Amino acid sequence: MSMQIRHDVGLPALETASPRRRRNWKRRALLLPSVLVVTLFLVAAIFADLLSPYDPLEIVLPDRLIPPVFSGGTWDHPLGTDQLGRDILARTMHGARISLMVVVIAVPAAAAVGTLVGLTAGWRLGWADRVLMRLVDMQLAFPALLFAVLVAAVWGPSLRNVILIITLWTWSGYARLVRGDVLSLREREFVLAARAIGARDRRVLARHVLPNLLNVVVILMTMEVATVILFEAGLSFLNVGVEAGSSSWGIMISEGRNFMPIASWLIWIPGIAIVLVSLTAMMMGDWVRDALDPQLRNLR
Amino acid sequence: MTGNNFWQVLASRFLQGLLVVFLVVTAVFFVSRVTRDPIAYLADIQSTEAEIDALRERFGLNDPLYVQYGNFLINTAQLDMGRSLLNGRPALTEVTARVVKTLQLGAGSLLFALLLGLLTGVIASLRRGRLMDWLARLLAVIGQAVPDFWLGLMLIFLFAVELRWLPTGGSGSLKHMIMPMITMGTFTAAALMRLTRSGMIDALGSDFVRTARAKGLSERAVVLRHALRHALLPVVTILGLQAGRLIAGTLVVETVFAWPGIGRLTINSINGGDFPVTQTAIMLIACSIVLANIVVDISYRLVDPRIRAGAA
Repeated sequence: MSMQIRHDVGLPALETASPRRRRNWKRRALLLPSVLVVTLFLVAAIFADLLSPYDPLEIVLPDRLIPPVFSGGTWDHPLGTDQLGRDILARTMHGARISLMVVVIAVPAAAAVGTLVGLTAGWRLGWADRVLMRLVDMQLAFPALLFAVLVAAVWGPSLRNVILIITLWTWSGYARLVRGDVLSLREREFVLAARAIGARDRRVLARHVLPNLLNVVVILMTMEVATVILFEAGLSFLNVGVEAGSSSWGIMISEGRNFMPIASWLIWIPGIAIVLVSLTAMMMGDWVRDALDPQLRNLR
Repeated sequence: MTGNNFWQVLASRFLQGLLVVFLVVTAVFFVSRVTRDPIAYLADIQSTEAEIDALRERFGLNDPLYVQYGNFLINTAQLDMGRSLLNGRPALTEVTARVVKTLQLGAGSLLFALLLGLLTGVIASLRRGRLMDWLARLLAVIGQAVPDFWLGLMLIFLFAVELRWLPTGGSGSLKHMIMPMITMGTFTAAALMRLTRSGMIDALGSDFVRTARAKGLSERAVVLRHALRHALLPVVTILGLQAGRLIAGTLVVETVFAWPGIGRLTINSINGGDFPVTQTAIMLIACSIVLANIVVDISYRLVDPRIRAGAA
């Protein structure tokens, strides 16, 4: 039990043989674009109200459906305008802000809840374990999207509800992972030693178990960033995400849908924003995993 | 798996699944009843107080909540899911009529994902480090980063608006199914490709493949019968986990392509306050996910002779 190999993270199947130098070269080639995307995303999100040339919600009907500058538009609206004359650049920047807010709140919240549940289940075992793990199963059997639609119908769509839904949807992954780790940690010598000299549960957990869980949790958190961004966009697309009329990328796509034949940039631009950001987040998640998990790093 | 008797394990998995379904149904009942008054959807604006009271009485909304819940459980156990508030037809027939459409779409997209994912995965592993491998991996990463609703719209833009090859939405012919199938299956295909590739690379370097080669089997037999079979094990697990994702995909894809399946029915029933239909649909969805996971457990034994031997 104590020497159990972790199966949950997934060992890189013989990725070992790949020459290290080429791997580094590839990584370096991807590093610059990734840093660029992340910086752009963060700057746009944090300074959206200072940098954006227009109010993202300001309706100027005479200026409606101006194409972006690269397909015949002017620099007045670099990314064009939508069917109500709202500036797409301004909306995209404010959309980045919504994505960032959801990530910044929902990811840590889910990690905290999931870690707590996993810790309790794996440490206490017995009925607590059984009840909590059934909760995890239930969460898995209940598609989050359905839940989101239900919540939106009851309380109306809002940013707060989106964050709540995403938290409720993602905590169970952490719970499973942490429980598995706690199960093997609790049998390890240093934990047994701490208990043998009379340390209380709380102390053993805080000083010996929790620090050993940190890496796994951080790895999962970075890998969840892309999932969360995609999920928010999906909810907003279905009009069960953030408030209708706001500038979430999902809402922009859903609103631009009907104008697709005459103004395809309305769905191209926010779509590319989503793909770029989630692609980068996924790659960075992989890097964090490689950097933080010594088991995986040694194998490489 | 702790039990050593196959049937024992199956029975316990079944009971656990039943419990999960029960919990989901209970959650839905309370969310849809407690948080709002269904009467708002039942009555007209012009309804008098007396009419509203009559309606409440008819749907049992005057009873205390625990009585309503008890009745609901008893009726559910007898598969009496009530009637749709919108058209008065039994909720169960209303839902099952749509299930077929969703199953068609689900089966189609699963087939697409399996074919594409396994094929590219196997090819990538055999051409490891070459252009094909690199291309396949790039596609897999992109396939997982593209949101399904956007992919669907892009397909519509390309094949329906610009090229006019395929209809934009609706159902009725195989042509209608192509785009929804691709939209729904892409993410799963990408996940399957990555898994198959790493599983195959793992297997191709293992002792049993060397043995198979040593006894002079053809390359095709080595790859298909020995290596691929080994690589399929994690694929089967992921397929089970994908059941939930496919259902969620149903909601999105059916909305984008106006496909008349259970996903759209559920969303419409929630938005229209038709709670008998909502409850029935969600119960059915929960059942199917639980069932999918049980099927995965069983297929483990079929795919991996080691587990089968251990169970006997």
